[in-house]
Amino acid sequence: MGIIETDKLIFEYIRRDEDGNVEGITRAVDEVDLDITQGDFIAILGHNGSGKSTLAKHMNAILTPTEGTIWVDGRDTRKEDEVWEIRQTAGMVFQNPDNQIIGQVVEEDVGFGPENMGVPTKEIWERVEESLKAVGMYEFRKYSPNKLSGGQKQRVSIAGVLAMHPKCIVLDEPTAMLDPNGRKEVIRAVRALNDVENVTVILITHYMEEIIHADKVFVMDAGRIAMQGTPREIFSNVEKIKELRLDVPQVTLLAHELQKRGIDLPDGILGTEELVNEIMKRSKQCQ
Amino acid sequence: MLRDITLGQYYQTDSIIHRLDSRVKLAGTLIYIISLFCFNNIWGYLCAALFLAVVIRLSKVPFKFMIKGMRSILLLLLITVVFNLFLTPGETVVAVWKLKITKEGIRTASFMAIRLSMLIIGSSVMTLTTTPNNLTDGLEKAMRPLKILRFPVHEIAMMMSIALRFIPILLEETDKIMKAQIARGADFENGNLLKRAKALVPLLVPLFISAFRRANDLAMAMEARCYRGGEGRTKMKPLIYKKRDAAAYLILFAYLAGSIAVGRILF
Repeated sequence: MGIIETDKLIFEYIRRDEDGNVEGITRAVDEVDLDITQGDFIAILGHNGSGKSTLAKHMNAILTPTEGTIWVDGRDTRKEDEVWEIRQTAGMVFQNPDNQIIGQVVEEDVGFGPENMGVPTKEIWERVEESLKAVGMYEFRKYSPNKLSGGQKQRVSIAGVLAMHPKCIVLDEPTAMLDPNGRKEVIRAVRALNDVENVTVILITHYMEEIIHADKVFVMDAGRIAMQGTPREIFSNVEKIKELRLDVPQVTLLAHELQKRGIDLPDGILGTEELVNEIMKRSKQCQ
Repeated sequence: MLRDITLGQYYQTDSIIHRLDSRVKLAGTLIYIISLFCFNNIWGYLCAALFLAVVIRLSKVPFKFMIKGMRSILLLLLITVVFNLFLTPGETVVAVWKLKITKEGIRTASFMAIRLSMLIIGSSVMTLTTTPNNLTDGLEKAMRPLKILRFPVHEIAMMMSIALRFIPILLEETDKIMKAQIARGADFENGNLLKRAKALVPLLVPLFISAFRRANDLAMAMEARCYRGGEGRTKMKPLIYKKRDAAAYLILFAYLAGSIAVGRILF
């Protein structure tokens, strides 16, 4: 069994009018089956309103399924007495960096999770130090969060989750409110966690560039999983991605257009270098 | 500009007073205030002033920062002095029209002025040498006995520290909304009081909406990090009394006993 597994997961939002009468039901997550292996880097992709954030909130037991089941490390999230173990296993980083930092000093914020778990004082300090070092924010430990950039704040939030020693980190659009530099910073930190600490990462995003390094990608549309596979498999199908209202990275798009014009290139090119190499190979063959 | 705002008036330096446990400083301020009302003669005030001077010296905070706190109560001080000066019955010294300045009046007024100024300076010492965060922690621990009465000590301390964290963020947001509304033709500066109060509505409504949204997000983030109230929580920076705190308590009680003695014996 994987670290996170779902079976026909359904979640419905009930819309009510002003008097509290049911107006309608929106199915945000619709029969999703997932099986995520420990240690993987998973990306979940989808445009706004595709249900990806709702799905993410199930992994931390913030929401519980209307129908179907989700197991986090073998625990059913509907069992109320196991909620805290689940939240400890699957930490969550949210979109807005300002609204998830509780402490007035960086190190105090990172210590907030372990404090809640009842970790002894000495161990809290060890955990804070090691998590801040893992995201490269150790030298900022005495700073006020208000003086940090967006990317730095998000890295502090990641450290805050990391200090709880989770097996899995769910990041719900952590880069949506950041500038390109901040985005790179955060993604680099997340990849390092996955490579070095072997933490399972579930990255929810709508930026295509961020999923290139993922082990597996799920594309969501209208609450369902529309596509799944390795990034290369996903990008081989440019037409379908466009149909799902997602952007394709420029290089992949260029390769796709060249292919259409009759140039013989492999499917699903992800990097600039890769495309250049392929074109060079072809041009040498021509000479 | 708003990012650099400091709350309270904490003065960053390293001194023995800064390092004292915040509970000691809270108790100390209370004792000092009580002592000011224990005596009614010049010797008592000299004694209190000397004590205060030593503490200020030890705190390494420049004296002008202490005076800053006085500015806000200057008016109150003046009113107190004037009323005491003219309305105390007794032996007349100077009489202007119907107003009489009495010997007793001068005495009460000057004592009142000294008492009030020393009170303000004394509590400034606490706020200047303790971070708001530390003060919240101290309050939480000092009020812990109230828990028996079901008084939500931990919750209040948590609310205070969250409020402190969000004040700069909300200030920045106010600034942003204000600029956005000015760009759309809102006028915050002209008109009479009523007009200006009305102009605040388009500022306050978005601010409140955003504050509620932030509160919702923050609550979710706190729950996601296993926050479940004060029960079973450990502290990253626990308040533990050290030797110097015990010594400070001793000095404080000696001072209190001394000032009571001075008040009783010499007067």
